[in-house]
Amino acid sequence: MHTITVTINGAAEYLAVRSNMTLLQMLREELGLTGTKNGCEAGECGACTVLLDGEPVNACMVLAVESDGHQVITVEGLAEGDELAPLQESFIELNAVQCGFCTPGMLTSAHALLQRHPKPTEDEIEEAVLGNLCRCTGYVRIVDAIRDAAGSSASASGKGGAR
Amino acid sequence: MLARPGLPSFEYVQAANAAEVHSLMQQSGARLMMGGTDLFPQMREGVCEPETIVDVKHVPGMRDLSYDERLGLNIGAAVTMNQLVRHRDVQAHYPILAQAAHSVASYQLRNRATIGGNVCNASPCADTSPAVMVLEGVMVLQAKGAERNAPAADFVTGPGQTAIEPGEFLAAIRLPAPPAGAVGRYLKLGRSRLGDLSIVGVAVLGYPDPAAASGYRFRIALGSVAPIPLRAPAAEEILAANTPSEETFAAAAEEAMGVATPITDVRAGATYQKMMVRALTIRALRDVWAELAPGKGA
Repeated sequence: MHTITVTINGAAEYLAVRSNMTLLQMLREELGLTGTKNGCEAGECGACTVLLDGEPVNACMVLAVESDGHQVITVEGLAEGDELAPLQESFIELNAVQCGFCTPGMLTSAHALLQRHPKPTEDEIEEAVLGNLCRCTGYVRIVDAIRDAAGSSASASGKGGAR
Repeated sequence: MLARPGLPSFEYVQAANAAEVHSLMQQSGARLMMGGTDLFPQMREGVCEPETIVDVKHVPGMRDLSYDERLGLNIGAAVTMNQLVRHRDVQAHYPILAQAAHSVASYQLRNRATIGGNVCNASPCADTSPAVMVLEGVMVLQAKGAERNAPAADFVTGPGQTAIEPGEFLAAIRLPAPPAGAVGRYLKLGRSRLGDLSIVGVAVLGYPDPAAASGYRFRIALGSVAPIPLRAPAAEEILAANTPSEETFAAAAEEAMGVATPITDVRAGATYQKMMVRALTIRALRDVWAELAPGKGA
């Protein structure tokens, strides 16, 4: 077991974790933060995307012990109390959610994108969520919602599939 | 294959310096780890079962990336793909490496995946290997109290096999300053824009060379189409000897296709892969030539 200190959504957590526990398991099973989803456990679907020191990572591909001393933001950390983040409001407003399984990963990837590029181009949006698979929406509304949150007036609805 | 949740059990140890890596490596069942993006899926599929995982990315120098006009680029083995993609000097002087790193998987995986892991995993489809080969990189292998340089050209010896000897680990990759005026292109064929495992990867680096009959030299390396990534020397000779033209490019691409020995697998048939080597080699040569000699045509 390893004793670690990790800041999750702004609050310090002290945990004892097994060597083989992933960050994903720690979040879901130890901390009950089940917003982060377990899809493929192979780094391919992006459903478990969280921010490690502000950068998106697949939580299934990071060991819990590796988060010692670092900052983790999950989908639960995007809202300010009961106040949803503009990105979350845009996802609701523009119907970017269907079954919802990919949504937490989409939101964390998109949140990080808007931190690096407050006014992302179409290509930058697609690139940012290329590692987040959605089997429902066809991606168009997700891309629209991210653009909407960025405050860009241009709309690409009707452009066709995002990939 | 449906993997069970989580990873099989092992002991995780973080090495603080090279001496610790060397002593921890002696333990039976020890595996070195950096980003884990190749290792963890292998463990989940039962391909490898390390007893101890030695995390080496915190060893001093492993995450350093620095450029010097004369010495070239020094890339710590644990430098991530995104570090390479973003780095100004990589973009300015080694854009082909930035292209190759950018073609790997997704943004979030590129935050974890390392160049050292990519080349040491020694998959035939490693995207950074062909780029490192045309840039004539040198692998810095660290043994106890000694350092050895191994040329990238002979580094991968078979699928999953490298020139790393017992007791050594890859500390860095050094790329010499590229030839003056060099232009590079890495073209990758995958199933989708998501940086899927490559079906064919072609790296081409071209540069002016008055000593060559054609006035130019081109280096070509291929990925995914043989048990190891390879250079295509016969194609390179054609390009050095003959004035760049569509005919020359076609003849060189034919030779590049000739060195490819792909196998039919789940991703593509062998014949298709060979034909795509030819197609992508021509495309990469055209792209490089257009930038190397703008307006000259081909």
